[in-house]
Amino acid sequence: MAGFEPGSLPDLLPLYYRRLFPHGPYGRWLSYGGVVKNYFQRREFSFTLRDDIYVRYQSFNSPQELEKEMQKMNPYKIDVGAVYSHRPSQCNTVHRGAFQAQEKELVFDIDMTDYDDVRSCCSSAEICSKCWTLMTIAIRVIDRALVEDFGVKHRLWVYSGRRGVHCWVCDDAVRKWSSAMRSATVEYLTLVKGGSETVKKVNLTDPIHPFISNSLSLVEPYFEEYALVGQDILGSNESWEKVVALVPEHILRLLLREFPKKRDSLQRWELLKNKMDKCRPSHAESEIMLQFCFPRLDINVSKGVSHLLKSPFSVHPKTGRVSVPIDLQKLDQFDPFAVPTISRLCSELDTAHEEEEEDGEKENEAEPVPKRRTRDYKKTSLAPYVRVFERFVEEMDKSRKGELLRKSDLQGDF
Amino acid sequence: MEFSREKRLKGRLAGDRRGDLYPHSLQFYLQPPTENISLAEFENFAIDRLKLLKVVENLGVSYVKGSDEYKSRLEREIRKLKFPYKALVEDDYDARRKDHISHFILRLAYCQSEDLRRWFIQQEMDLFRYRFNALTGDLVEKFLKYVNLSYGAISKEVKEKFAVQLRNSTPGLGGAKVEELEFYKVPLQDAMDLFRVRRVYLLNGFAYVPHTDIVAIVLNNYRTKLSKALALTARSLPAVQSDERLQPLLNHLSHSYVGPDYSIQKNVGKISLEHIDALSVKSFPLCMRQLNKALRDNHHLRHGGRMQYGLFLKGIGLTLEQALQFWKSEFIKGKVDADKFDKGYAYSIRHNYGKEGKRTDYTPFSCMKIILSNPPSQGDYHGCPFRHSDPELLKQKLQSYKIPPTGITQVLELVKGMHYQLACQKYFQLTHDVDDIGFSLNHPNQYFAESQKLLSGGREVKKEPSEPESSQQKLSSQKRTNSCSIPTSSNTEADTELEGLDAYFTED
Ligand SMILES: [Zn+2]
Repeated sequence: MAGFEPGSLPDLLPLYYRRLFPHGPYGRWLSYGGVVKNYFQRREFSFTLRDDIYVRYQSFNSPQELEKEMQKMNPYKIDVGAVYSHRPSQCNTVHRGAFQAQEKELVFDIDMTDYDDVRSCCSSAEICSKCWTLMTIAIRVIDRALVEDFGVKHRLWVYSGRRGVHCWVCDDAVRKWSSAMRSATVEYLTLVKGGSETVKKVNLTDPIHPFISNSLSLVEPYFEEYALVGQDILGSNESWEKVVALVPEHILRLLLREFPKKRDSLQRWELLKNKMDKCRPSHAESEIMLQFCFPRLDINVSKGVSHLLKSPFSVHPKTGRVSVPIDLQKLDQFDPFAVPTISRLCSELDTAHEEEEEDGEKENEAEPVPKRRTRDYKKTSLAPYVRVFERFVEEMDKSRKGELLRKSDLQGDF
Repeated sequence: MEFSREKRLKGRLAGDRRGDLYPHSLQFYLQPPTENISLAEFENFAIDRLKLLKVVENLGVSYVKGSDEYKSRLEREIRKLKFPYKALVEDDYDARRKDHISHFILRLAYCQSEDLRRWFIQQEMDLFRYRFNALTGDLVEKFLKYVNLSYGAISKEVKEKFAVQLRNSTPGLGGAKVEELEFYKVPLQDAMDLFRVRRVYLLNGFAYVPHTDIVAIVLNNYRTKLSKALALTARSLPAVQSDERLQPLLNHLSHSYVGPDYSIQKNVGKISLEHIDALSVKSFPLCMRQLNKALRDNHHLRHGGRMQYGLFLKGIGLTLEQALQFWKSEFIKGKVDADKFDKGYAYSIRHNYGKEGKRTDYTPFSCMKIILSNPPSQGDYHGCPFRHSDPELLKQKLQSYKIPPTGITQVLELVKGMHYQLACQKYFQLTHDVDDIGFSLNHPNQYFAESQKLLSGGREVKKEPSEPESSQQKLSSQKRTNSCSIPTSSNTEADTELEGLDAYFTED
């Protein structure tokens, strides 16, 4: 794997935006079928340029214009914002109060740093394959609730390029949600509450809401492997103190007496479960599982309609990794370390180019430019991720067509 | 008298339309009022609703919302202020109309900032909750239909299929109750406050809400509509602000704080009548000083002045007997003889003290009331001099009171910015020679009490006004006589009809 040097970005980004970025499906995604007037044109994009120069309120007449601008500016990072009442690029020409954010995808940001109190393998911006399980669990829990509870159809889950994941919920109705609706949704999806001052961050009371029991049954299969073996949360005196602090007082004393006699985390967890079984209606066992594994959402990112979020397929400027869509069918196999960096993609492109040249040049030169670009990312390890993205965009096209068909059928009745 | 008869007649004529306008005692205030209303009514409605919302706020702090004590106290206030208080009362058109119009007036005043909006929505929500909960079963259904919030109940089969989920999603239900309870299938947006705290079952984009929680849905819906409406009103505010009749009013409403009402007198009987003139110079706010002087000069005050000044005097501690003596001794110096006074005026003084008529113990007027309601007309001396005097005359008056020119300039600046109470506060500072008065002024009796506190605290008053007073008095009363012949702007305003109020509530 080619190592990534942040200093090489100015050399690599032009190539990336010219030959690798999936402009086609990207433009189709944000145009949403062109159903709503000037929807793409009223969308805010922001570019982070070299030396942290941050340019907000950019908007474009067409996906082609956006593509040209990307290729001209070669942004280090691209953020996507809201669809406004007016074109953001003209925000200075309209009355201040009239310029308002109207729609945006409902987005979620799950960041590994928010789990620092429950993971022992890494801290802050670091991640490893052990703690990545937390992201897998988060996606499973949130995605199930979005689909089954909220009736949502079109979700795009994306690796942020560094230490977390983003979710873009793109259903027509959801993009219109008010900020109150968005925060209500995040609150519904939140079980872990309180900062470093709070020891017990999950408190369950009867009756247990179906959202919680459904989530628990998604957490349980991961708990032993991830928490007991991987993080070894009952492995030592020091680590189990954090766990037993969450059980009722009398059980706590009992456990502290018994734990040293047990061999490992697995045995100690068995003991804890047995003791808890005898002290209904305590939910300590579930509360521990949830406190250590349940997704932690950043409400501020989701709440604001105008909040910006890093765009899919933007390159993370620190790691060089591309922010790629995650295939939920193969969620457990997703490996953040296998996600290609921009330097790797560029070198893959070079290799492919050399091979082609050996194969024969004539054919290649006769081809029109756009087609060549399509084939370009297909020659690299970005290809499978673009396919996931294309599938997502196609699904949306399909349900939009279904919707149109349904509407015209209805009209046909008259 | 004339007026009320006319009004009743008009009411009867409009009888048929009235029912259509307000079919329920409760409403979502979706349509702005379209009728023209007088500026005086506009002001009174606004003040009464603000009072009501203040009561709602205070009760919410002092009592558990929804407790019997809370409910009975709130009902008492609603009745007193003549808003619709019982859903069953059919013929309360006037109350419903007042409810409707006053709500929209306060929207104008309270849409201006995030803080104001939040306060307004909070109080309106509490008020609405109380009134909705007072509806009886049948009226609930009717109201829900009226506001398009009737949802389909789920079938028995669906209920059986999801019995466990429904039970676990609905705290406070006994196990068996799910079967007996009606559940409604409600779109997510309408059930926001319920699903936010996981009090309902969510399935595939719908919330399954038990009948008992429908109130939350209604409130949620009302809140959404109200906050949207306020945002829209805020956008049309520039138009309102350019309306010079409304702007000062609305500005004042939104800055108003209804403080203590000074109905409880600590000093009853401690004021002697001989001291009133001296006190009026030292410790009365300008409005009362002006009324006292007018009374002394003319040996008469018209009704508005008698109310404002009489209640103020009551507030500073005059007993009923003192009040009768005070007014009588002055009035009989003029065209009124003792007999006429006893027959014509004594009644209204006893009335003020709650000894006649409805036996309401009237409270002294606050600055807000004085500034906003019943503006003075020809021959009147009541009102707020900072609000109701021509700035030029106000300047002359302040000069005659020996206020330094820089001080006068500052006062006039505040008047120009329509900060009448701040202007009065400045006047207090200038006449008491303090830099910071350390309180915010909202009541003439507060002015008096603070002044007395300051003066009795041993602080030296720089300008002892007793000596040059007599000459000053003449001078200023002469000036004031002049002022009476000049119609002030407020006089012309008083009777104007406010047209097209609805134009300020744009729909989007
Ligand atoms: Zn790790």
